[in-house]
Amino acid sequence: MQGNVACAEGATAAGCSFMAGYPITPATEIAERLALRLPQVGGVFVQMEDEISSIASVIGASWTGRKAMTATSGPGISLMLENIGFGVGSETPCVVVNVQRGAPTTGIPSVEMQGDVVQPRRGSHGEYEIIALAPSSPQEMFDHTVKAFNLAERFRTPVFLLADAFVGHMREEVAIPRPDEVEIVDRSVPGDGFDVETHPGFLDEDVAPMPLFGRGFHTHVTSSCHDEYGRRNVTDARALDNFVRKLRNKVLKHQHEIVEVDEAEADGDVLLVAYGSVHRCAEAATHLARERGWSVGNCRLITLWPFPGEELRRLSQGRHAVVVMENNMGQMYPYVKSETGRNAETLFLPPQVIGELHDVEYILDSIEKCTR
Amino acid sequence: MTGAEHPLDRYIRPSARRTTNCPGCGNGIVAQAVLRAIDQLGMSMDDFVFVSGIGCSAWIPSPFFYADVLHTTHGRPIAFATGIKLGLPEKKVMVISGDGDLTAIGGNHLIHAARRNIDMVVVCINNGIYGMTGGQMAPTTPRGLRTVTSPYGNIEDPFDISGLAMAAGASFVARWTTYHARNITGTMKRAIQHRGFSFIEIVSQCPVQFGRRTGMGSATDMMEHYKADSIPARRAARMSAEELEGKLVVGELLDADKPEFTREMERLIRMAQEAA
Repeated sequence: MQGNVACAEGATAAGCSFMAGYPITPATEIAERLALRLPQVGGVFVQMEDEISSIASVIGASWTGRKAMTATSGPGISLMLENIGFGVGSETPCVVVNVQRGAPTTGIPSVEMQGDVVQPRRGSHGEYEIIALAPSSPQEMFDHTVKAFNLAERFRTPVFLLADAFVGHMREEVAIPRPDEVEIVDRSVPGDGFDVETHPGFLDEDVAPMPLFGRGFHTHVTSSCHDEYGRRNVTDARALDNFVRKLRNKVLKHQHEIVEVDEAEADGDVLLVAYGSVHRCAEAATHLARERGWSVGNCRLITLWPFPGEELRRLSQGRHAVVVMENNMGQMYPYVKSETGRNAETLFLPPQVIGELHDVEYILDSIEKCTR
Repeated sequence: MTGAEHPLDRYIRPSARRTTNCPGCGNGIVAQAVLRAIDQLGMSMDDFVFVSGIGCSAWIPSPFFYADVLHTTHGRPIAFATGIKLGLPEKKVMVISGDGDLTAIGGNHLIHAARRNIDMVVVCINNGIYGMTGGQMAPTTPRGLRTVTSPYGNIEDPFDISGLAMAAGASFVARWTTYHARNITGTMKRAIQHRGFSFIEIVSQCPVQFGRRTGMGSATDMMEHYKADSIPARRAARMSAEELEGKLVVGELLDADKPEFTREMERLIRMAQEAA
């Protein structure tokens, strides 16, 4: 099954019942699949006039209680960023899939790249935290889509799935579990009699139940600076301080529930750090290096945001070197190095050609050079 | 509370006690027309979800209406409202926002929602200027007008925004001014009951940023202008383009029966489920 199709199947398995999108390569297959599949399960697919309205209608649908998503590529994400910030500020669960392509600007639509990995964290204006996952196979396009919905529901926030054209268009075997085998998280919702005038529905570091529309809660939702009751306050800097800190802490306080790093092959003097499609190269290089008797291991960042700093600090202890591999010019590298640099020499290894995966022999040559 | 209580007070959010509108603003007239319409129809605020964008008029439902309210980003309320309506097709969704929000930055969403004929009421309060940010020219500012961003006079033609909504496919379109407070209420009731995309343009005074700077005068002066310049649609139909120059054609301009988007979506879903 193709990665993008697996993502769409993961969405329906997770209980998604609303998708809005706009055609863009290399993400379109997700919308195509859901346009077919969602009505079959009673859900709604709507093709909007652009990416701005796509994410806007997703947020609107989420406030009615729907599990909602959109899927696009870099140029679409750039258009969505203002309203993704709205989703963070208004505490709206939703899933945003970015099947990354060659960029900057319109770039090359069909060439894979990991060029937008810091964008979820810093792309929308202001100070905020986000959750982002990096799938590395069609199977994970399914699994991580389910996971992304679960995290969005648990923490009432937009969650990014940072795929790329390689995993999006790759075809591999995908095991789709039976519906009763899929772990599903649903958002917490207040009970009858709730009214936002008297009950807090926002800014709880342990996640306030979501006062959905249509249930008589009289919910006032604004992404402007507000208090625990959703009441706007655009005059007091202390209210802004509370707004910013509570939203950030909602994610940071629960980092241990969110962050995942694949450490299955993380032993060795040299530690390769990679994520998404590039991890497949790190894995292949590890196996070949071990066949040659070298002490090489790898770890894979499943969660990119919140950043797995603590995990990387621990994993880099006692290493000779840490080699960060990305299909870009080193976007996550400074974040990794700031955590591992004190424990081990931390180097960056770009692919030989931006937009192509790292050649395994090239990786081994680079390891040899840095260990010499 | 002692003393008289406003008959519409129960529709106002208890915690929202101070208006942000300037003295003489037309927003209060529109807000009352909306609430009177709901009251006269015997409907409850729980039958509605209100959505607004950015600008002075967006602050009518947010925070004042004691209902479910989504206050969105600039220009996007109709797009957010589309998701809400699809998620809660049994509810009435009403967008209340301004001409800058709905026809400049949000113009694309306006025409596409009209084209889909999705069931919602869009109330566009048209004051011909960006009031909140201090009186900059808008796509509705008359040609020649001097504003802070057109200090040499506006060299652009304004949108006929009701005409735009009709051309894009809206099935109910009306234009009134704040002078026509009673007419607005009647039209609002029909728009709420209409199944499809209803667009109500209300030409409204911004005495602070428009009246004062352009010499049109106070709020009452501006409303006198509206009274003098308004031509009912039925009469306008018999007048030439020259005769209508500089006039405001008011009334219910269109009331048509067309397939509505959420019903079409429900039909599509039934069809897909039967085939699956």
